[in-house]
This record gives sequence, C-alpha cells and structure tokens, in this order.
Amino acid sequence: MNSRLVSIIRKEFIHIIRDPRTLAIMFVIPIIQLILLGYAATTDIRRLNTAVYDADHTSSSRQLTEAYRASDYFAIRYYVQSEEELARLLDGGQARAAIIIPAGYADNLAKGAPAQVAVIIDGSDPAVASTAFAAAQSVGQAHSIQIIQQRLGIDVTKIGGIEVRPRVWYNPELRSSNYMIPAVMGMILQFLTQLFTALAIVREREQGTIEQLVVTPIKAWELVVGKVVPYIGIAFFDLLEVLFLGVLLFDVPIRGSILLLLTLSLLFLLTTLGLGLFVSSVARTQQEAMFLSFLVMLPAIFLAGFFFPLEAMPAWLQAISYFVPLRYMLIILRGIILKGIGFGSLTEPVIALAILGPLIFTAASLRFRKSLE
Amino acid sequence: MNSLALATQNLTKHFDHFVAVDAVSFSVRRGEIFGLLGPNGAGKTTTIRMLLGLLAPTAGSGAVLGFDIVREAEEIRQRVGYVSQKFSLYPDLTVAENFDFYGGVYGVPRDARAQRRAATLAQVGLRGQEPMRVSNLAGGSRQRLALACALTHQPEFLFLDEPTAGVDPLSRRVLWDLLYDLAARGTSILVTTHYMDEAENCHRLAFIYRGRIVAEGTPAEMKTRQMLGEVVEIECDRADAALTALRAARLFDEVALYGTLIHAIGDDAAQKLAPARALLHAQGIAVASAGVVLPSLEDVFIARLRRASET
Repeated sequence: MNSRLVSIIRKEFIHIIRDPRTLAIMFVIPIIQLILLGYAATTDIRRLNTAVYDADHTSSSRQLTEAYRASDYFAIRYYVQSEEELARLLDGGQARAAIIIPAGYADNLAKGAPAQVAVIIDGSDPAVASTAFAAAQSVGQAHSIQIIQQRLGIDVTKIGGIEVRPRVWYNPELRSSNYMIPAVMGMILQFLTQLFTALAIVREREQGTIEQLVVTPIKAWELVVGKVVPYIGIAFFDLLEVLFLGVLLFDVPIRGSILLLLTLSLLFLLTTLGLGLFVSSVARTQQEAMFLSFLVMLPAIFLAGFFFPLEAMPAWLQAISYFVPLRYMLIILRGIILKGIGFGSLTEPVIALAILGPLIFTAASLRFRKSLE
Repeated sequence: MNSLALATQNLTKHFDHFVAVDAVSFSVRRGEIFGLLGPNGAGKTTTIRMLLGLLAPTAGSGAVLGFDIVREAEEIRQRVGYVSQKFSLYPDLTVAENFDFYGGVYGVPRDARAQRRAATLAQVGLRGQEPMRVSNLAGGSRQRLALACALTHQPEFLFLDEPTAGVDPLSRRVLWDLLYDLAARGTSILVTTHYMDEAENCHRLAFIYRGRIVAEGTPAEMKTRQMLGEVVEIECDRADAALTALRAARLFDEVALYGTLIHAIGDDAAQKLAPARALLHAQGIAVASAGVVLPSLEDVFIARLRRASET
C-alpha cells in the first residue's frame, strides 16, 4: 500500500477527530436539513385558513361549508358578516381563502336555478393558490353532483358516463417529504464533500503546510485523494443517517438497492470533490472557501430540480442544468428510493455523471496543481 | 559524482516586470554549510523555491545533488529536507504524529520509524515531548520539530529558510550545533538568514541584494578580500551627535552605529583618524578612542550594499 497516501489519510482523520465541534456539525447538519426540508419545505397544501361569509344562513349553505371543511384542504377559521370583513382578513393574511355564499343560495337550489358561490383565493403564493383553486372546484362539483342526485333520486354512477380513476405511482399520497428527502441526501453529499474538502486544503495553505507538502515526494493526486477519503466516509455515514431518519420520521419508502445507491454516489462524489478542489485552488482563506462553496451550491440546488421541476424552467436554464451534476444525482436518488428502479433504468444520469465526474475532477486537479506554484 | 552538492548558473526569476533573482551563480560543496545572507526581499526565498522546484526559473539553470532543478525535481525532493520560514507543522497533531506523518510521506520503512523518531527527536532535544500537541509548544521547540521533520528521511541536502527568525537564543544554539553535526557527517546545508552573527557560523556565504550576489567567500575572506575600504571604530560620548557630525562632514563613505560604538568605512581610513578627531572635538564631543579595526561581517555587508546600490 502506498505509504504516502496512507499517511495523508491517517493525518486527515486525526484532524477531524481533534476538532470535535466540526465533527459534530458534520453529523448534525444532515439532521437539521432533513427535518427542516422534510417538514417545512413541504408543498402539500392542507388546512388552508379560510373565512366564510354565509349570507344565506340556511341548512343548505351550512352543508356546503361543511363539504369544504371535510375536504381537509380548507380549515374554516372565520365566519364573517360582510364582504369588507372578508377582504380585511385576506389583506391581513389571516385567511388565504374565502367562501362567499350569497343570500338566496338555498332558494335558487330549490327552484332549480343555478346557485352561485364565490371562492376567493390568495394568489400570492402560486403553488398554494393552484392547489386551492383545484380543490375549490372539485369540492364544489362533487357537492353539486350530490345535490343533483338527491333531487333526481337516482345514483349517477349507475347511468354511465366517464369515470376517471387517476392512480398515482411511487408516491400515492403525494407527500412532498418523499420527494424532498432523497434530494436532501444529494444536497448533503455535495455540501459536505465539496465544502470540507475545500476547507481542509485551504487550511493547509493558511498554515503554510501546503508548501512543505509540495516539497515532499507526495504527488498531487495522492494529496487530493488522501484528503477526500475521510470526507467520503463521513458523507456515506451521513447518507445512511438521512436515509434512516427519513424512514423513521417521514416513512420514506426505500424501494431500490442501497448498495447501488452508494456505488452511484461515488460517481457523483467525483464531481463534488472536484468542485471542492476547484474552490480550494481559488480561495486563499477558509472564509473565502466557505463563500465560494455556497456560491457554487445555491444555483446547483435550483438547477438540479431540488425544489422546482426543471421542466417548468425556461429553455436556457434547462440547458445550463445539464452541466449540474446534482441534477443527475437527484434523478438517481429519487429513482432508486421512490421508484425502486435498477441500473438499467438509470443509464442516462449514470453516463452523464461518468462524463462530468472525470471532466470536473481533472480540470480541478490541473488548476489545483497550478495553484501550488 | 562530483563534490558539488549544489550549483547554479545565472539562475533568474522574473515576476511580471520585477526581477526577484538576477543571474545568481553559486555552488555548495558536500558537507558544507552555505549561508545566503541578505535583507528581506533580496531574493533568498525565491532562490530556494527555485532550487526545490516550487518555482520555475525564468532563465539559467541549477542542479541539486546532480539533479536538474527543472527536469528532475522529483528526484531532488526525495533526497532533500526543507525547513520553511513559517512553522509548517500541524498544530492539532502531537510531536510524534507530525514526525510520523513526514516519515510516512518520505517512505521511511514502518519498522524503522520508531527508532528513527527516538533518535531524531533526541538530536533536536525534544525527547519526551512526543505526546505534546504542537499548538502547546514554544516557538523554539516548534522550529526544532520542523527541523526534525525535515530530517526524517536522512536527507543528503538540507534547505533552511530563515530558520531562526523569532527563535529564542537557546534554540538557536541547539539548531546550529545540530547543523554542524549534520555537516560533519556529510549533509550539505543551505541556510538563509539576515542575522550577521549567524552568518559567521557558516563555512561559506554569499551576500545577496536585490536579486544579485554581491560578495561570496568564507567569513574570513569576506572580512579581508571582500571588504571595500577600511573600518574606523570610534568610542565617544554622545554617539548620536557624533554620527550626525561625521555623516555631514562626508569624510567617510559610510558611518553607522555599532552598538554604542561608531563604525566609519572608507578608503585610507588611517589618514582620516586625525581629521575625524578634530571634527568631533570641534563639536565638543569627547573621543575615548579611535582606531582602524578589522571589519565585522556587518561592515562588509553595509559597504557592499552601498556599492551595489550606487551602481
């Protein structure tokens, strides 16, 4: 075994162990990110604060309100007596949706005339609004059909027509945590390996030890590999930690092979370590390394389709996203964890990483070697 | 193999339009302690960095232990030790861990390491401090450890860049004793410094100024053959006033304070003793003694620098 490489790896492990605070951060960061993104970054719209202005005051109007409440999308928090009051609640943000049932609603129903109901939705957050919009319509329609059935005294399901039965695969309850947690794993892998590799190398530069290393027979690749091996170990530990907590706290299903996941992660790590190396060759201080890492990370997260689907982005952004390694890792993570797909269905992202990885790593290594002079 | 451990021919380094090292040629024999003496920014560190293959020379060539500094840097690195200006140790590692790290890096066989460590740490006087963290070591001990680390692989050539800057006198003494010891056993040593008293310890030395070597020789040769003019040493009261008066009179090329004494440098100094006395007397300064003395290295250095900056 290469004694230079072994010495560097051992030294790097000692550095990590001697700095318990950083070590703790490395294990706690994933937990915080998992919990934050698992719970907070949810786009599941449930129990929207809703105000009701029921000008009709009949049992029919109350039935309609009840139908909305029962849908679980709307939590009726306010009953108001005027449209002005309603507007105030929406303006103030206390209510995100409002239902207005005009006087004469029940009469119209009884007469067989169309009974109009208004639903107002706060559109400031488009994600919330579009879900609420669809929910408002479908609840109204379902209730409408029910009323018609009662009047006709028949069961519509027995008279034909189209019945659409949507079935959701992979994530039937449409929980956003299922979508988020694999992505969190990808982000943590990149964050830890990229940032800490950069920090570890820049620290040597700050201490002046890098110059000492360069005059030893150590080769540049040995220095790089020796420095990153411990962080790969920690990254894998974190990966499993997030996976475990994801199952425990969020019931994330693991349908595919963890072994395949770890193997393909190695391919991804080649890119993130390369990026870390690149950062270290540019930054002169650890602070600079930190800022630069975030500068690289932030766009990567968005361009990888972490929060928002890439398909919704303009074409030029999508084009850029093809150069973001995290994009492919998220496909792999979500594919293996949620869909349980195997290597055969992942050829596209694997090939992309197999090209990007060596490319980024080689370019960074060359830059790094230059920066030593 | 020839008896030269190091040789450079017109070694030159330009940074953009600044000439850091200008056609430097010198050589170091095997088992010799060679001193590179010069003020900060004279080009000492740049020269060392080129010799170690850290910097590519703009022009000129050099060889260390017979290997070309550009093409065979790898061969050189395996065989030389380097103690840099900064304490390049890992503060969070212990004395033993730092030493063992370099042992591994230089490929010291595993079974030889413990014995090597004990011997080398004893040599630099750090025996028994193995479990100490470097962050808890005093500056002098750190520098001794840095030296020990540079010796793990028993190098044939040792480069030391300002090894005693900010180091206590005891550690300096230990360091120099060790350097003599190493040289006696055949290790060649290149040391840079700006301490004159340290330069006296070298077998041979070169003055480097603004990237050029302005004088070279043994310390004794420096004081005789390399000296420009003679030195007059004056002991008097109110040395400050005497200095001002002598400088204003332009009797000598150079007048400088030397502790509480005044050293005045110039040609035919003996002829100028009487006028100098008269001058100081006229200023009401009592002269205790005045006479021509052997120049110190500092005198030579100052005289040389003066000449170099005139040209």
